[in-house]
Amino acid sequence: MTENNPENTLVINTIRDGTVIDHITAGEALIVLRILGITGSTSECVSVATNVTSEALTKKDVVKIENRELKAKEVDRIALVAPNATINIIRNYRVIDKKGVIIPSVLMGVLKCPNPCCITNTNEPVLSRFEMLGKKAVCSYCDAVISSDISTHII
Amino acid sequence: MSFESAMLRLGGSCMNLGGVEVSSMAKGETLADTIRVVSGYADAIVLRHPKVGAARLASEFSDIPILNGGDGAGQHPSQTLIDLYTIRQSMPLDNIEIGLIGDLMYGRTTHSLAYALARYNARIHTIAPKGLGLPDSIHDNLVEKGAKVIEHDTIEEIISELDVLYVTRLQRERFPDPAKFFDISQGYRITPSQLSDVKEHLAILHPLPRVDEIDPAVDNTPYARYFQQARNGVPVRMAMLTEVMR
Repeated sequence: MTENNPENTLVINTIRDGTVIDHITAGEALIVLRILGITGSTSECVSVATNVTSEALTKKDVVKIENRELKAKEVDRIALVAPNATINIIRNYRVIDKKGVIIPSVLMGVLKCPNPCCITNTNEPVLSRFEMLGKKAVCSYCDAVISSDISTHII
Repeated sequence: MSFESAMLRLGGSCMNLGGVEVSSMAKGETLADTIRVVSGYADAIVLRHPKVGAARLASEFSDIPILNGGDGAGQHPSQTLIDLYTIRQSMPLDNIEIGLIGDLMYGRTTHSLAYALARYNARIHTIAPKGLGLPDSIHDNLVEKGAKVIEHDTIEEIISELDVLYVTRLQRERFPDPAKFFDISQGYRITPSQLSDVKEHLAILHPLPRVDEIDPAVDNTPYARYFQQARNGVPVRMAMLTEVMR
């Protein structure tokens, strides 16, 4: 992304205040929005760019959310699908904070248990709860393991 | 029933809520609500529930002890304590060779027992029909904990090396074709003729009830321990109830 060369300039605008999520794994931007609970019915002004040329990743996705500064707890779950993502907090067009994402050790209400007989897949008033053990997510209730395609289990 | 017997022998009393189908849950009440209500009526709750993880959930909504009496195809830890006690009556628990035969996918007693014996450095031999072996998550977890898990196609491959043979019931409902169930179940049936070359101290266990998986003629051999195991259910559960209500 180079500001001076129009051919390399992103087609989405810079934002004055808010959050830019950069270096998202190509093709995962919409899942990132889903993880953040951002849908067409929420009020945020959101820009999404997919398959943008990137030196580091060859291709990447970028999400810009205006007038909302994401908190660490909100963004860490992004690491499930975009472990290389960076979170840039923008105020008055300036990056005032920049950090990576870390997969939380416990995920509450993020993943749907793949075991249809798990008590969390009923009408009980509990959130699903998974412990991350390396790249595996283990259900705290039934011990079911999600070891691949974790994004397909995101609620 | 053994939990009720245990409680009565301790001088306590029981309120049996019966099955889910006759409880308030049949009206749509959540397990969480049922537990919150019943925990005001009793000093401890023994819960048997068809969903995996039910006991863990119940413990989050209860201020009295919850004992897992079996949660779906998940775990059956009180049975495991009985199994360990029964084995211990015949031999030390360390380094045993145990065969788990039958439905290991949905047989929750084998899941809990395998985890427990892994702590005693057991070698776990599994013999199960295709598709009814230990769940991958449990198998992998056992291996990660350092357990030795060896799969076999037939009981004849390994029976002479076993210290303990743990037999579980093949459930007819897992086989859409009754004829196929009959054919397969015959390969997982224990008969006296298979016991001609076993170790002298072999202990055959079964959580009961059995159907056809152990020939009644085995009952009269010195290897049968399953009725002793069932009787052990009472003192072991008495100990559990005493422990949680101290």
